[in-house]
Amino acid sequence: MYNAGKVIIGILIFLGLFTYPIWSPIVLGKAGPPPQLEKPDPAKGKVCVEATDYMRSTHMSLLNNWRDWVVRDGNRIYTGLEGKKYNMSLQNTCLDCHKSREKFCDRCHNYVNVSPRCWECHIEPEYKQQQAVAWRSK
Amino acid sequence: MNPWYSVLISLFIVIGLVLIALIGVGSIGLNSLFGVYIPYVAFAVFIIGFIWRVVEWARAPVPFKIPTTGGQGKSLPWMKHEKLDSPFTTGQVIVRMLLEVFLFRSLFRNVKGELRGGPRLTFASSKWLWLFGILFHYSFLTIVLRHLRFFTEPVPQWVQLISSLDGFFEILVPTFFLTDAAFLLAATLLFLRRVVIPQVRYISLPNDYFPLLLILGIGISGILMRQVFHVDLEKVKELAIGLAAFSPTVPKELGSVFYVHLFLVSVLAAYIPWSKIMHAAGVFMSPTRNMANNNRAVRHINPWNYPVKVHTYEEYEDDFRAKMKEVGLPVDKE
Ligand code: HEC
Ligand code: HEC
Ligand code: HEC
Ligand code: HEM
Repeated sequence: MYNAGKVIIGILIFLGLFTYPIWSPIVLGKAGPPPQLEKPDPAKGKVCVEATDYMRSTHMSLLNNWRDWVVRDGNRIYTGLEGKKYNMSLQNTCLDCHKSREKFCDRCHNYVNVSPRCWECHIEPEYKQQQAVAWRSK
Repeated sequence: MNPWYSVLISLFIVIGLVLIALIGVGSIGLNSLFGVYIPYVAFAVFIIGFIWRVVEWARAPVPFKIPTTGGQGKSLPWMKHEKLDSPFTTGQVIVRMLLEVFLFRSLFRNVKGELRGGPRLTFASSKWLWLFGILFHYSFLTIVLRHLRFFTEPVPQWVQLISSLDGFFEILVPTFFLTDAAFLLAATLLFLRRVVIPQVRYISLPNDYFPLLLILGIGISGILMRQVFHVDLEKVKELAIGLAAFSPTVPKELGSVFYVHLFLVSVLAAYIPWSKIMHAAGVFMSPTRNMANNNRAVRHINPWNYPVKVHTYEEYEDDFRAKMKEVGLPVDKE
């Protein structure tokens, strides 16, 4: 092999870049486990709006549709799994069962690196309560 | 080969690959084959094949100094030396190489000769190939870097930054990435270029069309997965991290689109070492690009030179000194 020194440096750089996912957890500390999601409030029902698998992969499209149906068509009622009727609302319906946005939505979103901006306008109930408490104690 | 056959063969192969993954996972349920074994084999072939190709190139001797030059070489002090187009030092070679790798400088300098409605050949700068090329490569790079979110936990800050810049306009839910559009556009145009321009079509072979179509297939399946046939990304990430840690768990519920995407990526990875995509390493290994144009200052020794048996003048004189003196020829040593 000619110019062995330079070629080997090049090959090492190549290896270093393409095996990053393999060596980075070893060097930078083990990859964290998948997030522990908070269980939904059992009092509100045993099922989600749609089947769990569908919710896990497609809830963003569902929410997007809900928004369009409410804001554009003025239709607020959604018939979900088992013919149950829901008020199509992000903070009043989803967060009615999934009590904490932080321990449910955010945990999973942080894991897969998505950060929806919904909460800049939609205020989650837990936060509202905290604020109310803060106000009262003033 | 008839150029249209080349297009069709490549297209059929890519469609075949998609069907293999769809049937393999969707109907037969070979999830661990397509989710674990094939990706591992493909990755191993990619790494080993890549290194093997580079070592093969490094073993080939370079008998001459053959840098391609595009300007005045270093000469007399009053002649302007084009440092980048005719590099004289290693530093200049490196700068030229970096500009080539990051900005595709030689494509930028592309000139096209045309007979524009007259007998005179006119040369005009032609930047389209450069534009599509650079758009394609940088969007590909961004997409691959963004994919690190599946392989790392916690996701590095800079990956989050790239993703949020890429989804800056927040069109659609989930946010449509700008580089996805750029990637599809550029790959399509690179493909159309080969199909539409007769001269380029004439010199195109299946191994030109196949990688382009395969990459288009990867892009389309990825975008479909993001925007239309959503999959459970938490499961994807578990699989990806498991693969990287060599303790994979195969999720059962993942949609077939994901396996199509992963299978096409695996095929691409295994194909790269044997294909023109090796230009990524080739650009560094090209004697025309990695040598300095300094022939007159630094002697290049041909590695092929074998030790030649020589008979020097001194030895010659030793052999014939007596006879030379006899006829009155001058000799060096008395
Ligand atoms: C710029 C502020 C803003 C942002 C950001 C925003 N929304 Fe909204 N959203 C509104 C307003 C205003 C309404 C109308 C409320 C009404 O009529 O009840 C609404 C209504 C909705 C509704 C139906 C009504 C309800 O009570 O929820 C849904 C569902 C919804 N948005 C989902 C989303 C989702 C999902 C996101 C994040 C991707 C989001 N929104 C981001 C302002 C916003
Ligand atoms: C009636 C109560 C209820 C409402 C309203 C509700 N969910 Fe659920 N959700 C559940 C239950 C119960 C589960 C768990 C089902 C299971 O474990 O199989 C669940 C599961 C989920 C999951 C999967 C999480 C996991 O651990 O796999 C997601 C994502 C989700 N819900 C999102 C939403 C969103 C988004 C909304 C608003 C559109 C919503 N849910 C509204 C009760 C609800
Ligand atoms: C099981 C994990 C999980 C849970 C729990 C979850 N999400 Fe998501 N969510 C995702 C994933 C994954 C995506 C991104 C999909 C993609 O990138 O293709 C996403 C995307 C979204 C988006 C669209 C983001 C964008 O890029 O535009 C919204 C809005 C959203 N989720 C709302 C919610 C809300 C509200 C909750 C809580 C009620 C929730 N999600 C809970 C996994 C989850
Ligand atoms: C050559 C390498 C690859 C290319 C060019 C590529 C290309 C793409 C593109 C263009 C998208 C559309 C969305 C986006 O840009 O994020 C996408 C999505 C996706 N890719 Fe890839 N991909 C590659 C490798 C992989 C690998 C190895 C995996 C396995 C973990 C993977 C899993 C996914 C998933 C799960 C999505 C959906 C993301 C979402 O829904 O947000 N890709 N891919």
